[in-house]
Amino acid sequence: MEELSEEMVPAEAPAVTYRRYLENGRLGYQHCGDCLATVFYPRVLCPVCGSKALEWRESAGRGTVYATTAMYSRNRDPRNVVLVDLDEGFRMMSRVEDVPAEEVEIGTRVRFEVRQGEEDEPVAVFVREKS
Amino acid sequence: MSTRGKAAIVGAAESDLGEVGPGFTPLDLIGQATELALADAGLEKSDVDGLFSASVYYQMPTLSAGEYLGIRPRYSDATMMGGSSFVSHLLHATAAIESGLCEVALITYGSTQLSEGGFRGVSDPPEPYETPYGPRYPVSMYALATSRHMYEYGTTRGQLAEVAVAAREWAKLNPKAFKREDLNVEDVLASRMVSSPLSILDCCLVTDGGGALLVTSAERAKDLRKPSVYLLGAGEAHWHRNISQMPNLTVTAAADSGRRAYEMAGVRPEEVDVVMLYDAFTINPILFLEDLGFCEQGEGGSFVKDGRIAPGGELPVNTNGGGLSYNHPGMYGLLLVIEAVRQLRGECGERQVGGAEVALAHGNGGVLSSQVTAVLGTESVL
Repeated sequence: MEELSEEMVPAEAPAVTYRRYLENGRLGYQHCGDCLATVFYPRVLCPVCGSKALEWRESAGRGTVYATTAMYSRNRDPRNVVLVDLDEGFRMMSRVEDVPAEEVEIGTRVRFEVRQGEEDEPVAVFVREKS
Repeated sequence: MSTRGKAAIVGAAESDLGEVGPGFTPLDLIGQATELALADAGLEKSDVDGLFSASVYYQMPTLSAGEYLGIRPRYSDATMMGGSSFVSHLLHATAAIESGLCEVALITYGSTQLSEGGFRGVSDPPEPYETPYGPRYPVSMYALATSRHMYEYGTTRGQLAEVAVAAREWAKLNPKAFKREDLNVEDVLASRMVSSPLSILDCCLVTDGGGALLVTSAERAKDLRKPSVYLLGAGEAHWHRNISQMPNLTVTAAADSGRRAYEMAGVRPEEVDVVMLYDAFTINPILFLEDLGFCEQGEGGSFVKDGRIAPGGELPVNTNGGGLSYNHPGMYGLLLVIEAVRQLRGECGERQVGGAEVALAHGNGGVLSSQVTAVLGTESVL
């Protein structure tokens, strides 16, 4: 019976949970209770083993720049996009905020922060770790 | 299932290319190319009973093409994996022909993006994992992969530029190429940066264009006009859609698609005479030369140096001038197959690779996402 009543509770959409984490200044990711895979972006099933036993965890927000590009446009400063490898073992797209776009280097240690996006949504960004 | 040598490409043609002018639709280009491909093969439109297409214009591309052309296919396949789709259609058509679902397959594509004002790509729904960062699709994704290849293997912008220069040298030998003026490494290095480390001359062209291929059984192919070009082997693979989900930015799924294609064909990389690699950006041929076994992992950059893939070099790559200098009408996979067919028929004039018997045609789609490899051959290697 307990399982049945759990089934009847509508699950929160993964993207909604992700956003709720960000609204609270936290970076959420998923951990598979069956195969122990680290999962990002958030899903309803584990892309490694197919299990539904995904639990949310909070990242410590520390990572390393894996790849980087600076995008150039007329009439505005270059913007940066990076892929960051988080210490928990997942990768995400983001940007590094506190450095000119073209000076972001692969291998740089970075730390997660939340900024407001163009539609006032919370966005996960990174700043350089103080060495 | 092996379909080695079971089907052949018997007709191949481009539509008008470059900038076709106002008012033309992608379907008009599909019409032009289809008419030319049928004439090339010596087939009638009424012979076509299988239809294959992909599009960023038409949500139901085989329906739109079928209606425009007046073809009522009994087998229809609109597999959409970006620019690689049409190489995939080759394999799918062969399987359909082999299993009796159709007999003569038309694979066709058209785009009028340049005449409409510029690049026209796909648009997936926004999501909170990449959209907020505003990467420029698709160049920034390829730029990220390039940055990683440079970091891990010491690949240089000069080596990337050599890919663009080799493409241009081939394009100079192709009257249909869009860009034929001189180009050197310094020009590429000095060109406007778009998404570092890729500058504008590291990016493929934005042109109009289209094409058509006709595929039928090896048996029926014997009676047709042109020498048959057989599908010896093909393989598909995709591991991701979004760049942040690509497991390793320096290794593409071409490692799988290539292995599958070589195994079916019974061909090794060193037996390939002409190599057609989807060059959306200069990093692509470097990655694919590695993943398809023409050089070791990480050595793609040094491999392309000193004109090795240019005319007169050791390995003829992208002999039409590629997406970088010949044409790139949004999705280019069909056009690179056409060039492979022409090389194997000996129709390439000044840029003909002497004695070409085996060609590899490799399609890429999305953001290094889908990889499809086909190995084609003349009757002599069946």
